Amino acid sequence: MKSSRRRFLKIAGISALGIGAKPVVDLFAASGGHREAPEAKVYKNEKALKAKQWAMVIDTRKFKSSKDLEPIIEACHKIHNVPKMDNKRHEIKWIWEEEFHNAFPLQEARFLPERIEHLPFLVLCNQCENPPCVRACPTKATFKREDGIVLMDFHRCIGCRFCMAACPYGSRSFNFRDPRPFIKETNPKFPTRMKGVVEKCNFCEERLAIGQAPACVEASNGALIFGDLEDPGSPVRELLKTTFTIRRKQSLGTSPAVYYII
Amino acid sequence: MMSNEKKMFDGGKVIAGLIVFVILATFPFWYNHGKAAPIPEPKLTEKAKTEKVCILKKELMKSEHMQILNDWRNTVVRNTNRIYETPEGKRYDMSLSNTCLDCHSNKADFCDKCHNYVAVSPYCWDCHIEKPKETKE
Repeated sequence: MKSSRRRFLKIAGISALGIGAKPVVDLFAASGGHREAPEAKVYKNEKALKAKQWAMVIDTRKFKSSKDLEPIIEACHKIHNVPKMDNKRHEIKWIWEEEFHNAFPLQEARFLPERIEHLPFLVLCNQCENPPCVRACPTKATFKREDGIVLMDFHRCIGCRFCMAACPYGSRSFNFRDPRPFIKETNPKFPTRMKGVVEKCNFCEERLAIGQAPACVEASNGALIFGDLEDPGSPVRELLKTTFTIRRKQSLGTSPAVYYII
Repeated sequence: MMSNEKKMFDGGKVIAGLIVFVILATFPFWYNHGKAAPIPEPKLTEKAKTEKVCILKKELMKSEHMQILNDWRNTVVRNTNRIYETPEGKRYDMSLSNTCLDCHSNKADFCDKCHNYVAVSPYCWDCHIEKPKETKE
């Protein structure tokens, strides 16, 4: 008698478990293979400019003072919603000016030509071929694209600032504050950033994708030359063939893709 | 004998306190009873109405738009693919700012309505810019 009651309870228990488990299993099955949407077909824009390693040559012979650089910086900062912070410590920079001894500390000579000594140099993210920031990023928010652009996925940035420590060029800025109140005219076509993410120049990848040259190149009247470093026929390579150039802090081994004609 | 009877000290106060506690704890339930918030009906802009169909069917958009947006952002940012082809063969630029919000420029009446109802707060608009208020038709 005792054993049969025991058996009855066992069976009852197991079947109760089975009945209870079914809805749970169904739920998991539904949430797993939930996607009813048909497999999406995605393409590149046909007009997109393609390269193996985008690069830039900056012809500093064509600049005389900060005035010549202003429209270039303005063009970039305007379309990318880069805020203008009054507090230097909160400053956000995508492209900015620097004196020779700051931009090229390893090339400093005891006597510099007068022209160069106080000439403002245009500096931006070097889109390094061997980018240290990419290695430092713990979330892979910064990565190197197949066309050589060192890009940031702002969605994924956790604001740890390892990349800022890794970058030897100071090309990255951190949003210590909400940038929105500091943007004079927002460009609705491009997102702003939020407090707590790092940002930097993106080589105008959103413009390349629709077949346009970077905004700074367009605004520079030919002082900035843009092209594919791996293509021997590109304007960049043509220029590098005939003109001596230097790069910033070459000895660090990051292999910057921005070249300067002094 | 007294010893077997269990006596409650301050019984009146304890029971009154318990009743007050139960009433307070269940207050939200009976206060809102039978007053379920109406299911929101997102409003379409004129532009969205004339388009008739979004990139996919309405039901799919309702249930899958978050997944689609997530896929879009990954393919655009990571794989540099920017063109999306619908099953009907129509092509769109994969962009929340420039494609979705172009038609659905009424965030308060479209996005927020449902998001508030289901109490989700997606962080899209921390960065992507909400279109300026549409002038009334």
